[in-house]
Amino acid sequence: MIGWLKRMLQSNALAEAPARARRDAAVRADRIDDGHRPEGAGRNGSSMPVDAATIGTDHGPSQTLAKQLALVIDLNVCVGCHACVTSCKEWNTSGAAGPLVDENAYAANPTGTFFNRVQTYEAGVFPNTETIHFPKSCLHCEEPPCVPVCPTGASYKRAADGIVLVDYDKCIGCKYCAWACPYGAREIDEERQVMTKCTLCVDRIYDPLLPKEDRQPACVKACPTGARLFGDVKDPDSEVSKAIRERGGYSLMPEWDTLPANQYLPRRPTQKVGATSATPSSRDLS
Amino acid sequence: MNPAFSVIIFTTIAGAAQGTVVALALAVLAGIPLGAAFPPVLLLLALAMLVAGLGASSLHLGRPERAWRAATMWRTSWLSREVLALPAFIGLVAVWWSALRFGAAGPWTNLVLPLAALALAVLLWLCTAMVYACLRFIEEWAHPLTFVNFVFIGLSSGFLMATAAATLAAEPAFARAFGPAAFIATMLAWGTRMLALRRNAGIRHRSTLQSATGIRAAQLSQQSMGMSAGSFNTREFFHRASLAGLARIRLALVLLGFAFPAVLAAVGLVWPSPVPWLLAVAVQVPGLMADRWTFFAQARHPQNLYYQVVS
Repeated sequence: MIGWLKRMLQSNALAEAPARARRDAAVRADRIDDGHRPEGAGRNGSSMPVDAATIGTDHGPSQTLAKQLALVIDLNVCVGCHACVTSCKEWNTSGAAGPLVDENAYAANPTGTFFNRVQTYEAGVFPNTETIHFPKSCLHCEEPPCVPVCPTGASYKRAADGIVLVDYDKCIGCKYCAWACPYGAREIDEERQVMTKCTLCVDRIYDPLLPKEDRQPACVKACPTGARLFGDVKDPDSEVSKAIRERGGYSLMPEWDTLPANQYLPRRPTQKVGATSATPSSRDLS
Repeated sequence: MNPAFSVIIFTTIAGAAQGTVVALALAVLAGIPLGAAFPPVLLLLALAMLVAGLGASSLHLGRPERAWRAATMWRTSWLSREVLALPAFIGLVAVWWSALRFGAAGPWTNLVLPLAALALAVLLWLCTAMVYACLRFIEEWAHPLTFVNFVFIGLSSGFLMATAAATLAAEPAFARAFGPAAFIATMLAWGTRMLALRRNAGIRHRSTLQSATGIRAAQLSQQSMGMSAGSFNTREFFHRASLAGLARIRLALVLLGFAFPAVLAAVGLVWPSPVPWLLAVAVQVPGLMADRWTFFAQARHPQNLYYQVVS
């Protein structure tokens, strides 16, 4: 009882970050191995068995996961082509869960539900400016604020690989999880009236019917410049972990302690082609 | 945030009903002499308002047929706890009403049920306020003043309503006790709401565009938010009213929600007639709706940092 009270106060503490959980190495017993998932998870999580390997819905402090799948977005090479946006929309709109909303597609004010959007920012003052294209989708936080607030348990984080998902059969479309996400990663599907978000293509990465090289998120496959990397950020030898370590990957809005799994790689100075000295031509951003 | 009218109506009506039940509970516990017909009528009025509020709240759901699921995650979600507390409170009020209507007064109706009603009313106010206050990055909401305002506004509207009913039903003892209480509650609510508005005006938000994107540049601006027309992110998190409209609603909330009702309550204290009390209730209804609208409209969600410019 006291433990429950403590967890209740911790999970929704008033105006303060949730207490950093004591990190322990224990993981739920039933992990699911990559590629050996039985029937290939259903599209968009709709027929995903919500088994015991979920966390975050019925306990406060999160456990340390042994595996956390995430994306690493390289802002140094993103050119803002929106290939990731369209491929994500295509994959998630042609699945078993039905098409994503796409209203007035050819009219004056098109609007729709997207899991991934690419934005553009300008840093600096003319003439010393830099245009930065900024893809943003659900960051699959290690302490997702959208999970404990869900009243039905439709919002959950998988213990096996750390992907945060929505169970479309339970969601009542109250939008509370969208209020609880500081990144605006969740959108309501106006036709189905359930909340939707990036699924990290959970229906692709475990699908044994796809060839091995296709078992990655659609956005990662589509990116022509290789600005999106996918892997396990808890595995120190994975491509994503190396990129984060070597290039200084960072979290968005770190002040809120959501511990996003997705990391961003910053811009870095570019070597001048044909330069004989080691001095790079750097852009002064400040 | 975009104020959802169903939620505005629900919290305002439910708050007033809770305040009315609290008034009756306090009156019964304090032993104030009441006519036999008055408490059941007041409880029935509160019941009708609570049920109407519950119905209004289900309108903001995308899938209301699954609303029963919202009671399952009470271990972590304040919304789930509210979904349990509200029907519990309604049930208790219904039990109290039927105990009065079909049985004789006794220790149950004089002590146990009023105490339980008091406790559940406060619990329901806590759950309702925490639904908003637990979102730690909506800094306008994440503060104890949110809970304080829900309670005081509920007490103010409930006490005014109860006093109006008492003067109509010729219950002089109740009106003598709760007339001044209604005036005090309204003044308190006015004060704490002004405190909250002043606090909101002075908040220096922790999130900036630099922290939201991680791009370390002193001058940083958005050129495009990734789509040319609107999306859920541009509709749900912004009120889309003009600055002039905001100022008008803010004036309405102060005048109609607190100032006029306080003045009318003061008048009612010296003029033994139901008219000022009824007027106070009638004037306060739109005022409190304006107040709840402002509560939503003033909340600056950090996700808005990402959605500024169409390009």
